[in-house]
Amino acid sequence: MLKFSSNTFKHGVHPPEHKEDTNKRPVRQFPFPPLIVLPMQQHIGKPAQVIVREGQEVARGQLLAKADGYLSVPMHAPVSGVVRKIANVPVIGGQKASGIYLETFPFSGQEVVEGAPVPLSASPEAILQGIQDAGIVGLGGAAFPTHVKLKIPEGKFCEHLIINGIECEPYLTTDHRVMLEQADDIFTGIRYLLRVTDAKQVIIGIEANKKDAADHLADRIPDDLPVKVKVVPVKYPQGAEKMLITALLGKEVPSGGFPIDVHAVAVNVATTAEIGRLLPHGRGIQERVVTITGPGIKKKGNYLIPIGTPLRFVLEHVGAAKNLSEIYMGGPMMGVSASDLDISIVKGTSGIVVFGDENVKKVDKIYPCIKCGACVDACPIYLNPSRLGILAKSEAYDAMAEEYHLMDCFECGSCSYVCPSNIPLVQYFRVAKGIVRKRKSAVAHV
Amino acid sequence: MFSKTLRISSSPHINKGVGVDVIMRNVVYALLPVAAFAVYAFGINALLVIVTSLIACVLTEHLLCRLSNRPSTIADGSAVITGLLLGLTLPPIFPLWMTFIGGVLAVALGKFIFGGLGYNAFNPALVGRAILQAAFPVAITTWHPAFLADRFTRVSESVLAFPFAKPVVDGISGATPLSAFKFDQVATESADLALGLISGSIGETSSLLIALGGLYLIVRKMMNWRIPVAILGAVYVLSGILYWINPEIYPSPEFMLFSGGLMLGAVFMATDMVGSPITPLGVVIYGIFIGLLVVVIRIWGGLPEGVMYAILLGNALSPHIDQLIRPRVYGT
Repeated sequence: MLKFSSNTFKHGVHPPEHKEDTNKRPVRQFPFPPLIVLPMQQHIGKPAQVIVREGQEVARGQLLAKADGYLSVPMHAPVSGVVRKIANVPVIGGQKASGIYLETFPFSGQEVVEGAPVPLSASPEAILQGIQDAGIVGLGGAAFPTHVKLKIPEGKFCEHLIINGIECEPYLTTDHRVMLEQADDIFTGIRYLLRVTDAKQVIIGIEANKKDAADHLADRIPDDLPVKVKVVPVKYPQGAEKMLITALLGKEVPSGGFPIDVHAVAVNVATTAEIGRLLPHGRGIQERVVTITGPGIKKKGNYLIPIGTPLRFVLEHVGAAKNLSEIYMGGPMMGVSASDLDISIVKGTSGIVVFGDENVKKVDKIYPCIKCGACVDACPIYLNPSRLGILAKSEAYDAMAEEYHLMDCFECGSCSYVCPSNIPLVQYFRVAKGIVRKRKSAVAHV
Repeated sequence: MFSKTLRISSSPHINKGVGVDVIMRNVVYALLPVAAFAVYAFGINALLVIVTSLIACVLTEHLLCRLSNRPSTIADGSAVITGLLLGLTLPPIFPLWMTFIGGVLAVALGKFIFGGLGYNAFNPALVGRAILQAAFPVAITTWHPAFLADRFTRVSESVLAFPFAKPVVDGISGATPLSAFKFDQVATESADLALGLISGSIGETSSLLIALGGLYLIVRKMMNWRIPVAILGAVYVLSGILYWINPEIYPSPEFMLFSGGLMLGAVFMATDMVGSPITPLGVVIYGIFIGLLVVVIRIWGGLPEGVMYAILLGNALSPHIDQLIRPRVYGT
């Protein structure tokens, strides 16, 4: 069933979408790079533990590292090759972290080795275990281990399973393409998710700029599944879980709480498709769909790229401008700037947006806050970013957290986007949140 | 192949692109028709007053920045607005040397002393005007009729008065509709008021052009429409009630809306972002407070006009409103 709804969350912004550059381009397989650089922590939680040794030959899809505890996921080999080195690898932000250098066999057929299938008839616990074993994390960008998110806490129940096909970040079209090209995987994934959540109904939330995807999915809903496709107005940050739940269910997730507190579980649509694609074959994630776009790219498009492919290799293949200036891993609203080209594609990389020199707006003058209130009207969780910004400048972090709900901020960037004074509000808040967390844990350890 | 160093920045990496300077520039655009009409109505004297006020404000801002070893901030356009607004609130034959002092003090004491744009508690133009009102009570209440035949050729002696000399009283003067009502109980036609065919401060007379300027800014989302609506609504309702009780002694609500500086104040001064609250409910409270004060001062106070003090008091109240009125945070 396809339903149009004018319901949405309050506030938010409308940045230029720039999706038309790639949303008509089908997903294409990316070539295998000669060297895979694979960090062991591509998810929230503990890094995976390496179980191979240097010099060992591995097949594509083989387990390279196992999950270290519950809040962790394993890593599978993205290519068939030989483990060159187990050492620190460059990761985003300029640091290094534990990882594996994997040299690709140049003439291998790159057949994927499969594990034990997890059938739909398996118990919910076995399916959750299967999801962890497949190394699945939130592919929308957060990279939170999916099996942890799907675990319904004792005493709670799930009524609504929400499949998040919003993709509100400008430029990105991966979820859009996945919805158009992997409908069967998505519905298989939904079957697995229904087994573990025991939800009564499923809503696939899609923004009105992807009507073709909504029609496509709505036409293919299996008769036995309680699925509705709901089209909502375009607005950033509707893809944020809390905003989407408000848009679809009209309920607010309590501050500091989780969707399950309003009897909902929300899963990204590409994550759902991966569950449906991998579990029946007992496979793990070894590649993902990435939108590569931006004014600095010649061959814009959506590519299925092996995890661990170095950014430099990717950019060379898509004809990036020589004078590239800024690269955002993810979209321009919440993505992180790449500090160098030696980092690699990880499970959370939903897009690579590249700007050349001429496309980057020169650093604009920062004016004082004129209290225009644009940020107050933009904040989707009704904070007062203007006040928070002033408090941050005077380092009044405790007041920010205790009086002005700093910790509820999920850094969507709407406030900084509209600020006429160019004040880097989100940057202030990120720093402040880090300091508040540190102070809290210091107090806890006294 | 790629040898260049990458730029890194904190997300979000894009901005809507409507900067402070853009907003200020548009406020100036919105004020230009008002100023043009004022010059048309009051002639060369009004032009001299507006230009003097502009020069004083911009020059003061520039010199104070230089003196404090900071880059000049005149490019942000706020000093231009202060100059225009101050000029528009003065009588058409206000002595230029007084205008100049008003402009200097508006920027120096109204804004710069607090730390510049964004930190000022009060609307700088109104601070300047309040000082002038206290210092030169006679000159600032010496009105002048509009549409005199020789208005484009004759410069008033009062305008060119020598600094600190005995005030020159200009031969012709015209009572404002408000003072006529307050002191002589003469009401003016509302249509004349709305179109600006009356005596008054330079830019206060054409309510229609002021409203159009405000509408332009509201449409471009550069002005909070709630503020003028709340102020004008409060004035209309309270004066309407009084008029209904006794139309003999109280002026009609239409007269209250279109007379004096209410329109200019409600649209261009009370909406100064720095001095008004930040939340939607906060600005409504602020607007109603100003509107009620305007009526109270005009009807029961000693002055014929109360818009200036009402807005200044509203500015003073605004941080407290923000302290008290906080939006409910999502999920709480």
